[in-house]
Amino acid sequence: MECRTSVNLAGVELKNPVMTASGTFGSGSEYSEFYDLSLLGAVVTKGVANVPWPGNPTPRIAETASGMLNAIGLQNPGIDVFIQRDIPFLRRFDTKIIVNVCGKTIADYCEVVEKLSDQPVDLLEINVSCPNVKEGGIAFGQRPEALETVTREVKKHAKQPVIMKLSPNVTDIGEMARAAEAGGADVLSLINTLTGMKIDIHRRAFAIANQTGGLSGPAIKPVAVRMVYQAAQAVSLPIIGMGGICNGEDAIEFLLAGASAVSVGTANFANPYAARDTAEGIRDYMARYQIEDIRALTGAVGSAC
Amino acid sequence: MKYKETAVITEQKEIAADIYSMWLQTENIAGEAVPGQFLSLYSRDRSRMLPRPISICQIDREQSRVRLVYRRAGEGTREFSRYGQGDRLEAVGPLGNGFPLDRGYGKVLLVGGGIGIPPMVELAGRLPGEKLIVCGYRNSELFLKEELEENGTLYLATEDGSAGTRGNVLDAVRENQLTAEAVFACGPTPMLRALKAYAAEQGMDCWLSLEERMACGVGACLACVCRSTDVDAHTHVKNKRICKDGPVFAAKEIEI
Repeated sequence: MECRTSVNLAGVELKNPVMTASGTFGSGSEYSEFYDLSLLGAVVTKGVANVPWPGNPTPRIAETASGMLNAIGLQNPGIDVFIQRDIPFLRRFDTKIIVNVCGKTIADYCEVVEKLSDQPVDLLEINVSCPNVKEGGIAFGQRPEALETVTREVKKHAKQPVIMKLSPNVTDIGEMARAAEAGGADVLSLINTLTGMKIDIHRRAFAIANQTGGLSGPAIKPVAVRMVYQAAQAVSLPIIGMGGICNGEDAIEFLLAGASAVSVGTANFANPYAARDTAEGIRDYMARYQIEDIRALTGAVGSAC
Repeated sequence: MKYKETAVITEQKEIAADIYSMWLQTENIAGEAVPGQFLSLYSRDRSRMLPRPISICQIDREQSRVRLVYRRAGEGTREFSRYGQGDRLEAVGPLGNGFPLDRGYGKVLLVGGGIGIPPMVELAGRLPGEKLIVCGYRNSELFLKEELEENGTLYLATEDGSAGTRGNVLDAVRENQLTAEAVFACGPTPMLRALKAYAAEQGMDCWLSLEERMACGVGACLACVCRSTDVDAHTHVKNKRICKDGPVFAAKEIEI
C-alpha cells in the first residue's frame, strides 16, 4: 500500500512530518555524517540571533531519569555567519529548512527575520520560550499579551510563514496558543523544555552552572502530549508537536493528540539516527493500520480505528 | 567517518579498584581510530539517555578491537562494568580529533593523571622518538604500568608515596628534572593547568586532552565547550567544542 506521508504547514509541503527540534541538531552538518538529511521532512536549526551569543558557563547539561537538563544559553554565531555558511549547507539536501530565531528584544527578532526575508528558507520558528537566557526569550513566552505583540511585530517583517514556539512553563497553554493565533502566527510548535533543577548532593552544588535548566526527553512526553491536545482544542492552526519523541510510535501519539508534524530532539543524543528512524516508524504504523493519508491521524484520538 | 555499531565485548576485567578494562570487537571503529579519540558508549537502560564518552586506551587494527579503560563512577559505568565476554553495547566512534602524531618531536613527555592515564598507552605506542612517561596514581594500584613501560621510560607519582615520587605528576616531573620538546597530557584540570604553565616556562609545546560533560558527542549540542583564546570557527565566540574541535588542544589555544 502506498502511504501518503506528506503534510502541509502554512503552504509548505513537507515530504514527511518529521523534523528536528531546535538546538539538538545544530544546522545538520554533524548528523549528515550519519545519514542523508533528505530523509527528513525538515531540519529545524539551532536558534540564531542578530549577533553571536557566547552561551552559558559549563557544565551546561545534566542527565536525569529518562531525560536531561540543559542550559546551553543559545550559543550561536549570529545571523550573518549563519546565512553565509549554514543555509548553503542545508540547501544541498532535499528537505525543508526551518530557521529558529532567538532574540532579547522585539527589534532583535525583527532584525533576524528581516535578514532572512530574501533567503531560501521555508519557515521561521520564533523562540519565545527558552528558559535559559535571562532577558528576552521566555519573557515573551509567558504572558499572552507579550506573545501576541511579538508575534504581530515579527509577522510584519517576515516573508516566510511564522511558527511560534510555545513554552510549557505557563498556567494555561490554550490561552497562549490563542494569543499567538491572534498575533497572526501561521503555525505553533510545542513544547519547549520544562524548567527544572538538579542538585549534586555529594558536592552540595547545582548540577549545572546556570542552576536551572530545561528538562527534555521521554520524561516530559506525557506533559507534551497533553499540551498539544489542549492547544489543538484551542486554535485551528497547524501544530508541530514535540517533547520526548524517540520513535514512530511516540510521534503517532502526538499526531493523534492534534499535531500535524513532529520534532525529534533529545533522542538524537541517544541515537544519532533517531529522527530518520522516527519517519520510518511512522510509515510502519501506517502500513500496519492501513492508513493511506497521514493527515487522517491528526487529532484522531477518540475516533474509531 | 563516524560509525554507530553494536560492539561485542571480548574481554572485561577490573584492573584496579573501580578501574575496568574492556576490549570491544568493532566493525569499523578500530580501523579508523587514532590515539586521543574517544567512543560514546550507550546504556542499555533507556532511562539513561546520554552516551558515556570514554577515551580509547589501545587500538588493535588487525583484529578490529579497541580497549577502553574507565573508572566506575556512576550508574552508567556501573552498568558497563557488569557486562562480560559476548555482551553487546551500542557505540559511536571514533570521536574527537586525537593527538598530533606527526610534529617530528625527537623527545616527548607524556603525562597521565588517574583516569587520564589510559589514552597515553596508545599514544606512547604510536608517537615516534624518545618518550618519557609520567603517571600519577592514588596508591600502589599501578594500572597499565606494564603496557606503558613497553614504549617509554616510566616515572611514577603516587598520592600515598607507595611508588615513585610522593605527590602529583608535577612533583615527579620536577624531581626527575624532565624536559622534552613537547608534552602530551590527559588528567584532572588542575594538573593540566599546572602542566600548561610548566610547558610555557620550559618553552615546550603542550597538547592537552580535556574533559567536560557531553550530550551529543558529535559537536551539535554545544554542551561541552571550553574557553578558547581566539574566536572559534563554529560560533565565532571563543568557545571550542571539546567533543568535536578537541578533546586535544594546543595549550595556547585554550583557557583553563
